[in-house]
Amino acid sequence: MLKTRDLTLDRLFEPVFAPVNLEVKAGELWLLSGANGRGKTTLIRLLAGLLTPSTGTVALCSGVSYLGHQLGVKDDLTVAENLRFYSALAGTEPETVGAAIERLGLRGLEQQAARTLSAGQRKRCALARLLLHPQPLWLLDEPYANLDADGIDQVDELIREQLARGGACVLSTHGALRPASLPYQELALQAPVYVP
Amino acid sequence: MSGRVLMPLLRRDLLLAFRRRAELIQPLVFLLVVISLFPLGVGPGPQLLAQIAVGVIWIAALLATVLTLENLFRSDFEDGSLEQLVVSGQPMVKVALAKVGAHWLVTGLPIVLLAPLLALWMNLSAAGIPVLVMSLLLGTPTLALLGAIASALTVSVRRGGQLLSLLVFPLYVPILILASSAVGSAVDGLPYQGQLGLLGAGFILALTLAPWAIAAALKLSLE
Repeated sequence: MLKTRDLTLDRLFEPVFAPVNLEVKAGELWLLSGANGRGKTTLIRLLAGLLTPSTGTVALCSGVSYLGHQLGVKDDLTVAENLRFYSALAGTEPETVGAAIERLGLRGLEQQAARTLSAGQRKRCALARLLLHPQPLWLLDEPYANLDADGIDQVDELIREQLARGGACVLSTHGALRPASLPYQELALQAPVYVP
Repeated sequence: MSGRVLMPLLRRDLLLAFRRRAELIQPLVFLLVVISLFPLGVGPGPQLLAQIAVGVIWIAALLATVLTLENLFRSDFEDGSLEQLVVSGQPMVKVALAKVGAHWLVTGLPIVLLAPLLALWMNLSAAGIPVLVMSLLLGTPTLALLGAIASALTVSVRRGGQLLSLLVFPLYVPILILASSAVGSAVDGLPYQGQLGLLGAGFILALTLAPWAIAAALKLSLE
């Protein structure tokens, strides 16, 4: 589904992390771990195609859903309007919006402007987007951040369904929170080895 | 990937513009203030006003456009919507067209519609008014398309406004010259179709080529 070969990215002429060789197959959950600043977000953005690798390649043979630090939720639109836009963008039925809202526990907040939501509710709104048009590969950058215990369980549940569907998921976490009940493989990002 | 990006994005941007009406009115207020201050500054002689009318209206319209361009991609860039649009696999060229289209509808079109009133205000002779409106109709979308390239290039730069002005003003010079020359010719009873034709050609050129440049600049800004 996704394969990288010797993938790195240079920032100011220094690679951010040691070359990454990652192969994600259908039904697999990969966890990217590493200290702050080790390049987890950079790697996920590389995988999503938002950054161009300095060396190495990313081979991607499926559609991707991406959840980044910036959630892609418009403050001036309501929850429902936000999701309806992404649903129209993906060309899916409008009914999927109601189902996604229900699923993420946002019922009752649909008509509320996103600016009035709490950080956790905004995160849920962004997560609901994953369900509008299920893509084979999910790339989630810190999906647990800002969520309560119930929300964290819900993320795990969403990932479980994604894997059962034959999809795959790559998520990053700084280590405090891990998928509790899901089998996962871990890729620990290493500092680049400096060869003089 | 089966979705269409043009209409949903256009609809969303118009809705967002409607939600922020105060920001929407700002360039129009700017335009009205500049044009109502001019007679006070240079003296209300009808002859003098008629002479400078085209230049004043066009320069005010140009500055009003530049004023709004800085925010064209800013909020999408900052809240992650732009990343989502790139990752969605939709053609960025259509994204660019939809963004600029919505922007022109809420900032450029009101200027065009207001132009006859402003022209009367500045005592422009009747023969010049339809040509002024035509020149704005062809010129303001060109301004928006060219400006959007600079806006996309500077979106990741903090305080990119000054840089943006520097980038766009040289590109705006030919449009300004052609437009004021067209209206000037019409007022003098000379043929003006040539200048309008060139403005139209510029618009078509910008419409076909600028979206590609905007798309590339947006991708570059995300790096």
